[in-house]
Amino acid sequence: MAEEEKLDAIVVGAGPAGTAAAITMARAGLQVALIEKGAQPGSKNVMGGILYTHYLEQVVGDDWKTAALERPIIEEQRWMMTDQAAIRLLGYKNLRNRERPHSYSVLRARFDAWFAQKAEEAGAFVIPETVVEELILKDGRVVGVRTGREGDLLADVVVVCEGIGLGSHLLEKAGLKKPLRANQVAMAVKEIIALDPGLIEARFNCEPGEGASIECFGSATRGLSGFMFIYTNKETLSVGGGALLSEMSDVRLSRDELARRTPNALMNHFKSHPAIKPLIQGGETVEYLAKMIPEGGYKAIPKVYGPGYLVCGDAAMLSNPVHREGSNLAMESGRIAGETVIHAKEKGDFGEASLREYRMRLDRTWVMADMKKYDGAVPLLEHNPQLLGKYPRLLDLALDEFFRVDGVSKWEKQRRIVRMFRKHGGVRMILDTAKAGWTLARPFGR
Amino acid sequence: MEKLTDKLFTNRYVEDTGHPHIEIANQDVCRDKCSGKYCNYFCPAGVYEWDEEKRQTVVSFGNCVECGACAIGCPYDNIICFTPRGGFGVQFRNG
Repeated sequence: MAEEEKLDAIVVGAGPAGTAAAITMARAGLQVALIEKGAQPGSKNVMGGILYTHYLEQVVGDDWKTAALERPIIEEQRWMMTDQAAIRLLGYKNLRNRERPHSYSVLRARFDAWFAQKAEEAGAFVIPETVVEELILKDGRVVGVRTGREGDLLADVVVVCEGIGLGSHLLEKAGLKKPLRANQVAMAVKEIIALDPGLIEARFNCEPGEGASIECFGSATRGLSGFMFIYTNKETLSVGGGALLSEMSDVRLSRDELARRTPNALMNHFKSHPAIKPLIQGGETVEYLAKMIPEGGYKAIPKVYGPGYLVCGDAAMLSNPVHREGSNLAMESGRIAGETVIHAKEKGDFGEASLREYRMRLDRTWVMADMKKYDGAVPLLEHNPQLLGKYPRLLDLALDEFFRVDGVSKWEKQRRIVRMFRKHGGVRMILDTAKAGWTLARPFGR
Repeated sequence: MEKLTDKLFTNRYVEDTGHPHIEIANQDVCRDKCSGKYCNYFCPAGVYEWDEEKRQTVVSFGNCVECGACAIGCPYDNIICFTPRGGFGVQFRNG
């Protein structure tokens, strides 16, 4: 292929990472191809999902106001559940979010299509319906991609934003990334449930057009390391959640236990909980989706740069499951990758040393700081199932005792609660909870 | 809605008839080594089903929602999956 037919950059995957990278580069005048396997950008893409607009604004500026968003999230709720109760640990309605919203519910098929259109407007070539089959390597350097429809495409740099979904094995096949393990990913499912907007607002205590987010732990996932959620969209609810894939494929489990924790079993268990059922009653499921979420923490991050390539978003395992953040780490990493390529182009050097700027910049930003801070969070839950099982049940029993008016004096009730905690390892519970808080907060982590 | 088949029925698929994008590498492994038939449980779309009569894992790739868990979750690395050809497979309307 002649030199002039070579692109400046090829971006694999039109999700938040890839599209952010493509927009950043195209706006600087680079020749960019954004290749997407779906019939259109977004048609294969899934998240919970809450999107944080600060990072979108970093990429597209004021255009973020025209983005295909659903409802601004005004209220955050966190529930700890047992089979018979829901303890609302947090209900935070922040009216500042009316004037200055920072997070919105989104439906990715719509959002990603809008985002990719911005890439097109910036001058990138968006190529949908095209699967990248492999990276083309020459003398140990990535020089292009082999595609199903367009043949071979060459570029100075390939920005790999393939995610971790089905068939996302470009880096693995090229020997640039190790295969993932089942305890490094969460298996999450979601139903889109259509519901009248007026009913959504009444049930979730929202003003017209405003939204809420509810995340539920404990019995919601049958005590597994994860959470279930309800996010309000304009005319639908996103209801879903999941747990570590390793907890659903553990060879030590019986078939009965495996059947109790299939993704769909967890979903039905959550939907039928007495505190959830009335919220979704009368809604009609209109789509069923699934996605793996990177949960391996800082240690699971692969090499994100090398001669002729960069890796962003989920493919780089950038996600913060504790704060349900993923698409913002994707957009931020995509943007920084794009800027790195712009600098590399100025220098005329796409070698490893030049592209290392990407990793160095990620290291200096909040992206890697957050990845480090929550590195231990998922293993903590995985190895301490009492945190989402036994302890919530104890708390529930104590609350039941305390609030139930039944002819027993408050002194006696207090004594009963203390006895119950003693009997069931209350000291251990306090220590474990403190340890968990410490691991999550990591006050001296840096 | 509880049944998985009803839920999958709500999705839009462009089926690539005759081009399965998922393969079992070795059915002998499913038959002789795998006691738990784990894929039958962790796959969110019920793509895998152990057929006791035929003594093999049946793959209904047309149900696949393309999460990719099979390649990671199979304890015996016995499932090979590819991306469906461009434009085929599940097409989410909401996402």
